[in-house]
Amino acid sequence: MNQKKNGAMTRLFTVLVYVFLYLPIAVLIVFSFNDSKSRTVWAGFSTHWYQELFRDEEILSAFSTTITVSVLAALIATVLGTAAAIGFHSMRRRPRNLLLTINSIPMTNADIITGVSLMLLFVFAGNLLGFSLGFGTLLLAHITFNIPYVVLAVMPKLRQLNPNLAEAAQDLGATPWQAFWKVLMPELRPGILNGALIAFTMSIDDFVISYFTAGSEVSTLAMQIYAMTRKRISPEINALSTILFAIVLTLLVIVNVRQVRQEKQRQRLALRMRKGDAA
Amino acid sequence: MAKELIRLHDLCMSYDDEMVLDHINLYINDSEFLTLLGPSGCGKTTTLRIIGGFTTPTSGDVTFDGVRINDVPPHKRQINTVFQKYALFPHLDVFENVAFGLRISKVPEKEIRTRVEEMLEVVSLKGFEKRRVDQLSGGQQQRVAIARALVNRPKVLLLDEPLGALDLRLRKDMQNELKRIQQQMGITFIYVTHDQEEALTMSDTVVVMDKGRIQQIGTPEDIYNEPKNAFVADFIGESNILDGVMHADYVVEFFNRKFKCLDKGFAPMEPVDVVIRPEDIEIVPPDKGRLQGTVTSVTFKGVRYDTIVDFKGYKWLIQTTDYHPVGEEIGIILNPDDIHIMKKSDYSGMFGDYSSYSAEYDEINDLEYEEEGEDAGHED
Repeated sequence: MNQKKNGAMTRLFTVLVYVFLYLPIAVLIVFSFNDSKSRTVWAGFSTHWYQELFRDEEILSAFSTTITVSVLAALIATVLGTAAAIGFHSMRRRPRNLLLTINSIPMTNADIITGVSLMLLFVFAGNLLGFSLGFGTLLLAHITFNIPYVVLAVMPKLRQLNPNLAEAAQDLGATPWQAFWKVLMPELRPGILNGALIAFTMSIDDFVISYFTAGSEVSTLAMQIYAMTRKRISPEINALSTILFAIVLTLLVIVNVRQVRQEKQRQRLALRMRKGDAA
Repeated sequence: MAKELIRLHDLCMSYDDEMVLDHINLYINDSEFLTLLGPSGCGKTTTLRIIGGFTTPTSGDVTFDGVRINDVPPHKRQINTVFQKYALFPHLDVFENVAFGLRISKVPEKEIRTRVEEMLEVVSLKGFEKRRVDQLSGGQQQRVAIARALVNRPKVLLLDEPLGALDLRLRKDMQNELKRIQQQMGITFIYVTHDQEEALTMSDTVVVMDKGRIQQIGTPEDIYNEPKNAFVADFIGESNILDGVMHADYVVEFFNRKFKCLDKGFAPMEPVDVVIRPEDIEIVPPDKGRLQGTVTSVTFKGVRYDTIVDFKGYKWLIQTTDYHPVGEEIGIILNPDDIHIMKKSDYSGMFGDYSSYSAEYDEINDLEYEEEGEDAGHED
């Protein structure tokens, strides 16, 4: 009896937590389809604000900046992060653990600290070498904060690898480069793809670090939303935020589904291996 | 007669001050089945990796067909390897795994097809071409690994404890299989194992190693019958090892008694190690024996009994087919060819004493080797 009551309470509490978390977003999404400027009164369904959005030059330019930066940063960070992970993996345990710890600090570090410190670095280096904050520095910043996520996504795949795999390929006549592409790459590919997707997600919704490193000329979607809330409060923000939310949500779902699937496949294989040996 | 193929000259290897190989000198003949045998950490896998080109020696030379190959990378050596955990390519099926080396060297498609099929037949895996390698049993994976290496027609095949992960019966089958393949193809095999029985069964030449040094090189019979020191005597089979003194050629004294033996060439009164194999000792009634002792423990081992006998405080292991109960007084007879004399070495006094013998002893030892072996595999 008592337990039942407890169970009900727990369920209620869980529901409340999710309501608090997602109600604001739900409201935002609902009102992005509102047919009036009001943020409180529902006046009927319309895609008016979305149309408005796509007529706004500034927003379109911010959208293209965001996509360009995210794609480039994700690609470059994936290459660098994969290389770094392979390097870490071949190290002895102690230096490897040290470097992995250092690698994960930026992820737990407050964005604002990363942002400000990168800005200071770019301003300093810019004075020295004659460049100013802009798309280049924005891209560099994104690459920087993406790399740790890629390393973290690729590392587990490396650990699952048979340590002799690359050697076996070389033994059969493959150059180290061929061994990497023909043998290691197919094994690492799922991890690398996950890393790239996570990096892209991180880039697309970043605000703080972009804000400090993009300078005054370029702006990303997140920065645009922030600027809009300060100038004129318009339901366009709702529409824009909804789009951003949808993109990020889709990516996260893809990443999670992939990871779950890979884990299941690994378990199935392990099980089959054991059965095969017994037979 | 036999042609020398590989020579290791004064090979040394150290990792952070730790000497792993200590002046290894060894030559390997064409078409020979040579086994590097020793406990884990003895340097056998390192030696194999140096021959394969995966590890560069700290000093010393490796020559192949008379040419120094120290700096030749693995992919340019006419040597192929079967790795401890097979290292098959999981994303390729059986056919493509075996074809890998041929594809790399751009062999025409038609030839690839015939050579792979041929090789799969040799390892009795015909019909498995399209299987994924993770759908195979351990023994089948093992055979894919062998086919994948041999299809490239290497001059030398290196095998690093290839049967370690298989169960006993499968291991026996594969031992015969490997020997058959080696003779059929006439390829030099260099085989690494810690299993002395495996080494004796398959090899033309056995190289016993310990602590980075070669302890003895010889045919399986040589190694077993004429061990050079206490380590070899103990590692290859069971041995009772006693302190003795050579009085003259063919005369050795131990337990204050003189015995005839077949060894000569020692200095007068030189202290020596005396090896007596447990299966060579003949048990007779006490009054007919040269030595008298009391049975302290008996273990049934199937074909034989492991009988521990106390001779005035020294415990010997005697293997017999007759049962002698604990407490029985027995005598023993030793023939001259049952007694093997070895020069004193660093290993004197470390082995061949059965005072602390127990039935589980063997198994515990084997377990340790296996675990350490795994570690050693990951180390380098």
